[in-house]
Amino acid sequence: MSAWTEMVFILVVVLDFFLLASSRLKAVIRAAAAQGALLAVLPLLLASHAAELGHVLALSVGALVVKGVVIPWLLLWAIREAAIRREVEPIVGFIPSLILGGLGVALAFAFSSAMPLPTPEKHDFIVPTALSTVWTGLLLVVSRRKAVSQVIGFLVLENGVFVFGLLLSDFMPTMVEAGVLLDLFAAVFVMGIVMFHINREFSSLDTEKLSALKD
Amino acid sequence: MLLALAYLAAFLALPPLLLGIVNRVKSRFAGREGPPPWQLYADLARLLRKGAVYSRTTTWVFRAGPVVGLAAVATAGLLTPFGGAPAAIGFAGDFVLFAYLLGLARFFTVLAALDTGSSFEGMGAAREVTFSSLAEPALFLCLMTLARATGSLSLGGMFGPALPLAWGRAAPALLLTAIALFVVALAENARIPVDDPNTHLELTMIHEVMVLDHSGPDLALILYGASLKLFLFGALFVRLVLGFPVEGLAGLAMFLAGLAGFAALVGVIESIMARLRLVRVPQLLVGASVLSAFGLVLLLR
Repeated sequence: MSAWTEMVFILVVVLDFFLLASSRLKAVIRAAAAQGALLAVLPLLLASHAAELGHVLALSVGALVVKGVVIPWLLLWAIREAAIRREVEPIVGFIPSLILGGLGVALAFAFSSAMPLPTPEKHDFIVPTALSTVWTGLLLVVSRRKAVSQVIGFLVLENGVFVFGLLLSDFMPTMVEAGVLLDLFAAVFVMGIVMFHINREFSSLDTEKLSALKD
Repeated sequence: MLLALAYLAAFLALPPLLLGIVNRVKSRFAGREGPPPWQLYADLARLLRKGAVYSRTTTWVFRAGPVVGLAAVATAGLLTPFGGAPAAIGFAGDFVLFAYLLGLARFFTVLAALDTGSSFEGMGAAREVTFSSLAEPALFLCLMTLARATGSLSLGGMFGPALPLAWGRAAPALLLTAIALFVVALAENARIPVDDPNTHLELTMIHEVMVLDHSGPDLALILYGASLKLFLFGALFVRLVLGFPVEGLAGLAMFLAGLAGFAALVGVIESIMARLRLVRVPQLLVGASVLSAFGLVLLLR
């Protein structure tokens, strides 16, 4: 059982690397969806006693539906409707961002055990995986030029926060998790619509051009 | 002892067959009958009976290239543990020698290519050096992970009896290492996601362009050396993935079956993948390095 949990955590981190290195927009969206679906398995694997089964099940189904199905579908719909080209166009190149990601992951795994936590860890890999995924999300948000890639970065960032939240899943009511998921969903939904409209008005989703705006 | 000799004989005799299997799988995938698996033996025999042609602009370096290349790779084979048998030579830190014997072979191939004075070969040499400088960190990180996992500094120890224990303790790290090692094997042997060994007149080829001016016995030495190198990497990969040494003839049979599987895997990958654009190759190799570094980090904590 523990070996499987470890495998899921490691797959999540490997998907982080893939997200940083891939240049295909569709592949990136699919990878983010796969990561979300993998995260949905974690609450079930980490559940410690049977009493919280309902809570855990709600958490996992919610994550699977929102992160694994609805948001990726929305993003794929957005790039189809806005006819976005498939290239990602990074500001920081793929190899530097991959190396930065690798450094972040190494630091996360090296120093996470030094972090004081209010609750006992359920699994050794929760904190380093969460930190790595948050770091990956940040890198994606900062270093990508197109709005869609930035949305994916935001999604990955939230995935990291979700992993961190697993630490507290015993104490946190389902409502809070549901609220966070809803927030994420609303954010991506709004961004999807905004992207669609920006694209129709200005024929480009390049956020670099926004900095050239003058009144 | 006798078995170790059997492994060594297999190392010297079977590599061309490995390339034959790769080509057979590729042609089956393409719906062709394909050449027989022993085609390379016939090619080698034909080339060895020919004379060599040397350009007047070349020096002794050009003639030394294939000889040194083959000798270095064969010596690296002495350090490699095959299947159940220990390596012929082994000492602490011999993995560094292993990596740099392969480096020496590459160095002389590159020198020989530069010695022709042809700009085309110089281009291939530049590419070879660029990509191998990226593949080398990945290889070393793989070997370091193995050294850390098994607590041994020699190839014989890394791929020896301590390996099953390491698989039990740190399976994910070793899995990442195996994937990275496979990518390095594809890159070092000029297989498809990095380089296409079958094209001869394209501007994207890397290894093949460096050996264009070699002819006759020299070309035979180069082809044979390349197949030995594929066999070496295949041996390391198979040993890592099988995880445990099996003694005796059963071990030998299992090892050879594993190598055939490795060759078939390479063939399948070559059939279903397109070659990467040259700018994407460093991305793949850095990705392999990052994966193996991640494996090392998992072991270090």
